[in-house]
Amino acid sequence: MIVSMKNVHKSFGHTEVLKGIDLEVDQGEVVAIIGASGSGKSTILRIANNLEAVNKGEVWVCDVPVHDPKQANRIHGRVGMVFQQFNLFPHLTAAENVMLALKRVKKKSSADAERVTREVLGKVGMADHWSKYPIQLSGGQQQRVAIARSLALEPQLMLFDEATSALDPELVGEVTSVMRQLAKDGMSMMIVTHEMRFAREIADRVLFIDKGVIVEQGPPSDVFGSPRNERTQRFLSSVFNI
Amino acid sequence: MVWAQIWESRVQILVGLEGTVVISAIALVTSTLFGGLVGIFNARGPRALKWFLRIYIEIFRGSPLLAQLLIVYFGSAYLGFDGVTAFMAVVVTLTLYEGAYISEIVRSGLEAVPRGQEEAARTVGLGTFQRLRYVLLPQAIRIIMPALVGQWISLVKDSALSSIVGYSDLIQQGQAIYARIGHPFAVLAVIGVAYFLICSPLTMLARRLDRRRVRT
Repeated sequence: MIVSMKNVHKSFGHTEVLKGIDLEVDQGEVVAIIGASGSGKSTILRIANNLEAVNKGEVWVCDVPVHDPKQANRIHGRVGMVFQQFNLFPHLTAAENVMLALKRVKKKSSADAERVTREVLGKVGMADHWSKYPIQLSGGQQQRVAIARSLALEPQLMLFDEATSALDPELVGEVTSVMRQLAKDGMSMMIVTHEMRFAREIADRVLFIDKGVIVEQGPPSDVFGSPRNERTQRFLSSVFNI
Repeated sequence: MVWAQIWESRVQILVGLEGTVVISAIALVTSTLFGGLVGIFNARGPRALKWFLRIYIEIFRGSPLLAQLLIVYFGSAYLGFDGVTAFMAVVVTLTLYEGAYISEIVRSGLEAVPRGQEEAARTVGLGTFQRLRYVLLPQAIRIIMPALVGQWISLVKDSALSSIVGYSDLIQQGQAIYARIGHPFAVLAVIGVAYFLICSPLTMLARRLDRRRVRT
């Protein structure tokens, strides 16, 4: 098991965002998390990656007890995370973005770092943009470089926090196809997304979150095809009837 | 006639020019290093330290530079630190005073870097120091350069107060010249031009940085 959350609670000020989340992700599994804005989906990913600390409960990711502040930082570098706003380093080229952690965290030689960088940029179809700065790239291209930056560290788990939400519609495809390939290669993935069709197609399991609790989960065909819970039905019908 | 007399005092003006340039250059480096450190700790340090730094900044920004200089110069002897020269007192005072302003410039620059940058840097495993060194400071420096150069220009002009404690700068030499030959207006005009010449490279740098910022 790569992720295990037990009774996770999280509040921001007086607002309780997560109210007892139990969640497990197996090695190689692709889990999509869907739900309305503010339902707590992104917070789950941010907790898994120690960008937010839990108030209560246990979080194990890649055998690191992330709920323990003393050990939580060990998770960084083992889990890849892709953000809605890409968060590429704007003062570095595409290649330098990928190489920074290879050199400074993994302590690889320049030659090794360049070899890995060439490999991962090739994997996301960005090898030709080696020395371009983020501002010279489209949103889809920036997001693919961001994915490469994560992949370079050989993560055991990839987290996608609305990775396509900030993209123009015609650029969504180039990012989702990279994600599809990753899933096919057996990467463990947690995906928070508003793209229902994509979630249905790529996920092994879909979680529907509402008001900080997991309301329903199961194979995509069940959750999308015949949702049992009334809240899930209402959410899906509102999403698909625009 | 007047100008001929001032021309005869040119060596004295050059001595003052040297004094102003030397003390400005040294204080520019020390106040930037010191203010930079304070700004970084104020943006990222533990709460107790921030509280302490806040007090320092408020005191030095909230009181006259002249009073600070006199307190450092005369106060050091009073407290038993012997041998504090005018030069040392001016450098220490300018470092603390300009450093307080510079630290606020640096802090606000670091806080202006989007939050996601730090999160992405943490995610790939960079430690606190590495995040500052490779991700946050390079971006913050671009943001703060125009304000920082502006502060350096102020520093050069603020150094004029050093004549009060007897340091040989442009003002001090100028006063000596017009005490001897009269014509304070003409002498001070020359001194003013000398300050302008020292500041103009900095002003030009500030203008170039501003233009670059508009472009990108």
